[in-house]
Amino acid sequence: MNKDPKQVVILSGKGGTGKTSVAASLAHLAAQDLSLSIADADVDASNLDLVLHPQRIEEHAFKSGLLAHIDPQRCISCGQCYEACRFDAIIPGFKGAPYKVDPVACEGCNACLYQCPVNAITSSEPEAGLWFYSQTPYGPLYHAHLFAGAENSGKLVTLVKQQARLKALDDQRPLVLIDGPPGIGCPVISSVSGADLALLVVEPTLSGAHDLKRVLQTTLHFGVKTLALINKADLSQKQCQEIEAFCQSQDIPVIARIPYNTLVTEAMVQGQPITAYSEGSAIAQALHGVWSTIKTYLNL
Amino acid sequence: MQIAIASGKGGTGKTTVAVNLLLAVGSMVPSTRPEEIVFLDCDVEAPNAHIFLKPTLKETDQVGLRQPKVDETKCTHCGTCAKVCAFNAIAVLGQKVIVFPELCHGCGSCTYNCPEGAIHEVFYPTGKLEWGTVYVNRHPMKFGQGILNIGEAMASPVIKTLKRKGIAKANDSLTLLDAPPGNACPVVETMRGTDFVLLVTEPTPFGLHDLRTAVQVARDELHIPVGVVINRDGVGDKSVDAFCNEANIPILMRIPLERRIAEAYAEGISILEVFPEYHRRFVELYQQIHAIVHNNKGGSRA
Repeated sequence: MNKDPKQVVILSGKGGTGKTSVAASLAHLAAQDLSLSIADADVDASNLDLVLHPQRIEEHAFKSGLLAHIDPQRCISCGQCYEACRFDAIIPGFKGAPYKVDPVACEGCNACLYQCPVNAITSSEPEAGLWFYSQTPYGPLYHAHLFAGAENSGKLVTLVKQQARLKALDDQRPLVLIDGPPGIGCPVISSVSGADLALLVVEPTLSGAHDLKRVLQTTLHFGVKTLALINKADLSQKQCQEIEAFCQSQDIPVIARIPYNTLVTEAMVQGQPITAYSEGSAIAQALHGVWSTIKTYLNL
Repeated sequence: MQIAIASGKGGTGKTTVAVNLLLAVGSMVPSTRPEEIVFLDCDVEAPNAHIFLKPTLKETDQVGLRQPKVDETKCTHCGTCAKVCAFNAIAVLGQKVIVFPELCHGCGSCTYNCPEGAIHEVFYPTGKLEWGTVYVNRHPMKFGQGILNIGEAMASPVIKTLKRKGIAKANDSLTLLDAPPGNACPVVETMRGTDFVLLVTEPTPFGLHDLRTAVQVARDELHIPVGVVINRDGVGDKSVDAFCNEANIPILMRIPLERRIAEAYAEGISILEVFPEYHRRFVELYQQIHAIVHNNKGGSRA
C-alpha cells in the first residue's frame, strides 16, 4: 500500500511577504532530493506558474455555485423574490416591469426560486474558473484561475489540492507542496485542512506581526504543526526580535531569517526561483537551511 | 465619494496608500476638505490600518448570520429544509436534523420553506466591527474596521455590514475603503457601489499578473473607473507601465523604492511623517480622483 504523502502549506496572513518566492525555491530544492507534486492554492491571484514555467497538459472548467435567473415572460412583478433575498441581488422592475437578478450580488442560495408563485425563476451552475495540470522542471503542478470576482475560491482550492495529493499517491511521491493564499478566511481554511505542516512566511513589520498572530491562531485551530520564517529580516531588527519572542512564547520554531535583497525581484523578473537564479547568495543558503529543517520535521 | 483601494497581489502597499491619502485629505484646509471623512478597513481577515492610524476605538458591534434552529417538537423530519438548502448546511438523518454552521450562508431558505413552521432563526456570530476616531490637526474622522473570527470562512458578510453601517452619508463626503488582497468575493464586496477603485501595484511580473485581474473585476465586471499607483517604482521591470498604457488606465502616482519608507512601515509610521513633501502629492492624488469621478458622472448624464 502507498504511504500517504506529506502536505506542507505555505501561509502568511499578510499578503506580499514572499510566500510564492519561498514556495518556488522549496520546489526547486525539494526536487533535488525527492519527487513531489505542487499545488498553487492562491487561486484568485496565482503566481507560482510565473516562476515554474509549467507546460500545460490538461485544462478543466471549474463549475461552482448557482446563479438565479428570472424569466421576464413569466415574471408578474409581485416582489416576493425581492422580499426573500438577503443579498440585495434582486433588482425590482420599474413600474411593473419584470424583476432582474444582479449576477454579481447573487449568492446562489435559491431562496427566491422557491418563493416565486409563478415559477419564473431558475438557477444554473456557472463556470467560475479553470484548473490546470501542468508539468514543471520540479514536478507536476496543479493550479487554477478563478474568474474575476467569482465565489467559492475555497472549493477550487480544495479541488487543486486534492488533485496534487492524488497525483502524489499514484506516483508514490512523498511530498505535496502547497503555496497558500493570504488572509485567514475560506481559501486559507481549505488550504490548511489536512496539512501535516504549515510554514508561515512573516515579514518583520507591525502589520506582519499582527497578521502572523491571526494566521497562527488559524493553523492551531485546525491542529496543524506550524513553523515560521522571517523574510526581509534586516528591515527591522526590533520587529524581528519581537516576532521571535512571540513565536517562542507560542512554542513555534523560527527556522530562518532571510535577508532583504532585490535579487529576489530580479529572479522573479527572470522567471526563476531565487535558489536557481543565484545559488551562492545568502538568501539561497538560508533557503537550503529551511528545506533541510522541513525534511527533518517530516522524516523525509 | 467612495474610493476603494485594492491591488490583486498582497503586500503592494494598499494600506500605505489608503492611510496616507486619509491623513493628507484630513489636513486640507476646511474650505477644500470634504465635510465628512470616513475610513473603513475592509481587509477583515488581516486588518492593519489601525496600526498606522492609531484610532481611539470605543464601540464594538457583533456581526453574524441568521442561522436555523429546529423545534424538534414541531419537526416531522420531512427533509424539505435539506432539499432547499443550496449549501448542504442542513441535513435530516432519520429522526435528527443537523445544522452545519460553517457552511450556512444565512439565506433563510430552510426557514421560509419548512411546511411545519418548525424553524426559527438564531444569531450566529462570525466577526465584529470596531468603531473609533482618527484626529488630524484635531479634526475628527470616523474609523471603522471589520474583524473576521478565527476559523470562520466567510469574510463578505462582515465587509457588507461594515459598509452598511459605516459609509459617510453627507453630500460632500469621502469614504476610503481599504480592500483585502486577491480578486475573489471579498474584494467584490468591498468595491461594489464605490465611485472609484485605486489599484496599488508593484512593477513586477506578480504585480502585473494580479493587477490585470483586478482591472477585470473593477472596470469590466463592476463598471467602476480605475487608476493605478505604482509602488516601489524602480524595482522589477516596465511591464506594468506598458499594460496601463495599452489598457488606457491612468497612472496617478509613483512611489519610488525607498528603504526609509519600508523601515517606517515596519514600525507603523506613515510616509507623511517621514517625508512631509508627500503631503502635497497625496492631496494631488485625491484631487485627480475627484476630477475623474466628477467628469465621469457629468459624462454619464449627458
